[in-house]
Amino acid sequence: MTTTGLFLLAILALGFLITFQIAKASEYVSVLKGEKKSFEQNNRINGFLMVVFLVLGLVGVYFCNEALYPKTLMVHPSASDHGENIDTMLKITLLITGIVFFITQILLFWFAYKYQYNDKRRAFYYPHNNKLEVLWTTVPAITLCLLVGFGLYYWFKITGEAPENSMRIEITGRQFNWIYRYPGKDNTFGKKYFRMIDDENGNMLGMLWKDSTMKTPNGVQSLKADPTGYDDIIETTAMYLVKDKPVKLIINSRDVIHDVGLPHFRMKMDAVPGTPTTMWFTPKYTTEEMKKITNNPNFEYEISCDQMCGNSHYSMKGLIKVVTEQEYKFWLAQQKPSYKPAEAAPAASPAPVADTAKTAAAGTPNTVLAAK
Amino acid sequence: MSHGHAEVLTSHEVHHDEHGAHHHQQSFISKYVFSQDHKIIAKQFLITGMIWAIIGGLMSVLFRLQLGYPDQTFPWLEDILGNWAKGGKITPENYYALVTMHGTILVFFVLTGGLSGTFANFLIPLQVGARDMASPMMNMLSYWFFFGGSIVMLSSLFIQTGPFSGGWTAYPPLSALGDASPGSKTGMDLWITAMAMFVVSSLLGGLNYVSTVLNLRTKGMSMTRLPLTIWALFFTAVLGILSFPVLLSGFILLLFDRHGGTSFYLSDIFIAGKSALPNEGGSAILYQHLFWFLGHPEVYIILLPAMGMASEILSVNSRKPIFGYMAMVGSLFAITILAFLVWAHHMFVTGLNPFLGSVFVLLTLLIAVPSAIKVFNWLTTIWKANIKFTPGMVFALGFVSLFISGGLTGIFLGNSTLDIHLHDTYFVIAHFHIVMGVSAFFGMFAGIYHWFPKMYGRYMNNTLAYIHFWVTLVGAYLIFWPMHYEGLAGMPRRYLDYSNWSSFNQFGDLNKFISTVAIIVFATQLLFVFNFFYSIFKGRKVTTLNPWGATTLEWTTPINPGHGNWDGEIPEVHRWAYDYSKDGHDFIPQTEPIGANESKH
Repeated sequence: MTTTGLFLLAILALGFLITFQIAKASEYVSVLKGEKKSFEQNNRINGFLMVVFLVLGLVGVYFCNEALYPKTLMVHPSASDHGENIDTMLKITLLITGIVFFITQILLFWFAYKYQYNDKRRAFYYPHNNKLEVLWTTVPAITLCLLVGFGLYYWFKITGEAPENSMRIEITGRQFNWIYRYPGKDNTFGKKYFRMIDDENGNMLGMLWKDSTMKTPNGVQSLKADPTGYDDIIETTAMYLVKDKPVKLIINSRDVIHDVGLPHFRMKMDAVPGTPTTMWFTPKYTTEEMKKITNNPNFEYEISCDQMCGNSHYSMKGLIKVVTEQEYKFWLAQQKPSYKPAEAAPAASPAPVADTAKTAAAGTPNTVLAAK
Repeated sequence: MSHGHAEVLTSHEVHHDEHGAHHHQQSFISKYVFSQDHKIIAKQFLITGMIWAIIGGLMSVLFRLQLGYPDQTFPWLEDILGNWAKGGKITPENYYALVTMHGTILVFFVLTGGLSGTFANFLIPLQVGARDMASPMMNMLSYWFFFGGSIVMLSSLFIQTGPFSGGWTAYPPLSALGDASPGSKTGMDLWITAMAMFVVSSLLGGLNYVSTVLNLRTKGMSMTRLPLTIWALFFTAVLGILSFPVLLSGFILLLFDRHGGTSFYLSDIFIAGKSALPNEGGSAILYQHLFWFLGHPEVYIILLPAMGMASEILSVNSRKPIFGYMAMVGSLFAITILAFLVWAHHMFVTGLNPFLGSVFVLLTLLIAVPSAIKVFNWLTTIWKANIKFTPGMVFALGFVSLFISGGLTGIFLGNSTLDIHLHDTYFVIAHFHIVMGVSAFFGMFAGIYHWFPKMYGRYMNNTLAYIHFWVTLVGAYLIFWPMHYEGLAGMPRRYLDYSNWSSFNQFGDLNKFISTVAIIVFATQLLFVFNFFYSIFKGRKVTTLNPWGATTLEWTTPINPGHGNWDGEIPEVHRWAYDYSKDGHDFIPQTEPIGANESKH
């Protein structure tokens, strides 16, 4: 143990010792003073502290809000249309629960102070009152129905079918980064199968780019190549979205459960291996616009993995660029399909490092595109 | 051990005074180790739980150091933890192991085993008027399974690949695949084994509690005369009996997936750097259903005993009957039923069918109604009271405050629309730590301070108790209140470092502050532990049978009751447990027959 450690321990022990001695002494004093007297004194102190706690607590709530509210997302408009609904719902809930919070906490600590023990008074024998009990069963029930109503109205709006004209992008999580796939010119995603995944040859998603036969636990399977996948674009640097254009994400995972967390859009959905999920929303501000709104020249829409997925969970970051229609077209024109005909595949392409965390850090999974 | 010996002697003296069937000499082993006396078993649960709480709490201090000071190194950490903190920094792998173990230990081993294990054992026979549990032998086994599970869980900390590190909910595939995380290797097998033993312990205990409450009540003790503590502990046991087996089945399927080559939870998995797994057709979500079918009732398994004890202690020290006794029982019942119907609110963003989600929104927000009834009834109980701020009472009041604060944020999270944004952020951390972590701890502390005189025939030191209360209450709010704001910023839980995230790195100072307060609060808990053990041996002695002036039966037993609880006949009960300040009497014990001119309640 280092000296600092010993020193800290010594201080801690000393603090304990002093507190304990004071406590012990106060016990002796109370025996001398008489149990009744010391009880009354203790009771007054604690009763007083109840109301002090209430007042300081309310002041603290105010200052905490002053200091921290500007750091939340709520000070800026939500970056998606669904997010606006969620923000409205949040405000309604905050208002209702806030009223209940202040009333009940004030009553609790105020009653504790006001009705502290007094030798001359007797407590009021008041075992029940049916009217009151019915009142505070029905009022919360009605209020909650209100919240359920609003909540479900927005919930079905958010989880409903995506509009016909939405763009579709597939996002796949793996330990510990994200893979984005665009359907390409034919606007159709090519089929894929997880046993076809071959990181070393640039097939991160297991696209059916060629005919193959393989042994699986279910017997020998023959898989036909799917030509609709030849023009699919597979990307790992950033997901490009278009302002004001609805987007439907098809969410997958390659290994464990991940979660596509989009705090600025107020959206979230798990990525579950074997069970694709979806979510849709409409971005409202481009990344550039958001830089101005948030007054932060380095603003980026980040994708956070929100489901514990392993030891590098905390670094599983994705990026979303919201751009205008024109910028998007320009970007898309630069992208090349990820499909490589078998003969063109460089046989001795450098094998990516096995450790995906490192791969992610270096941003190498683009080797496919770079090689072309 | 000299103190322990002194305790043996004093208890033996009492023992000799006792009449009845239990009059025989017992060895130290059969009296204190493999004891079948419910009071000793309760103390065993309590002390084991306290040791676990210290370990689990210390873990939180360690990972809060990392969260508060991500860019600093603490060389002394390496001295204590060795490879866990190479170079004075906790490695990601061990950070996640600490977080996971903290959750598992606190939820199961402290707030389930330690809380209902202690108070169900201690209070049920004493308050219903029974000599012991329906099956003392099963009761003893319940503790020893708990102890065994504890040992297995503890041992997982010392193996090469480390303890399980995938979060206390242990979602597969992460928890099923050793290749996905080193903690999912042997550590996970030990985790499952320990949890299986825990479930067995919980079932043995729960069946006993239920049968004791139903069958061993003393003469005159009708169900509607039971103190609310017993009702709460009864419903807790019912919850545990019906839901723990489901959890166990989930774990067994997980075990099959891990070692039997089955595909209950696994499908379409490719482990990077390895290969595709053979499994196809499983559903990872199935596990979450099985887990949360226990996991949600578990919240109430933790909370109900605290509610029951707070109700009792508030009433005793307000010198007033609990307001709306039947409504309190009814709301406990409603919570018990609804607890089984809300589990999927933990799964709104798993891809669950939105319609199914909406049903769970409705049922989840419904559960706020009985909770609201309880809060208003507690408030009315202290209205026009004559409050004695005993250490138990202040903690009971603190419990109500925390339950309100944490309960209200549940209305946010139970609403699927808001859950989309808040799920798995610090808002959730703040919510459940306040509502079931700290508030359940407050209920437990209230219970310990209140019944300590009955447990050990001595008082705990009041001054230390008040310091403990005020520091913990203020500290709990300082730690968890600001976390709501981190949640509103979308800050995800279970990250060990936020500095690389432009969306979440604005809270560096706040995280430092929270960590510092957490360390202070933890140190204050050590003060409590010290007070507890010191008072067992050196506390001021209890000189009257009924120090708080309570109506319930446990205060009619001798100051240090032997095995069998009452000398001679078990007293008969003539009234409910809440006749305080009635007809000009300060209180009327349950054993007193109804007088001729007594007013009805």
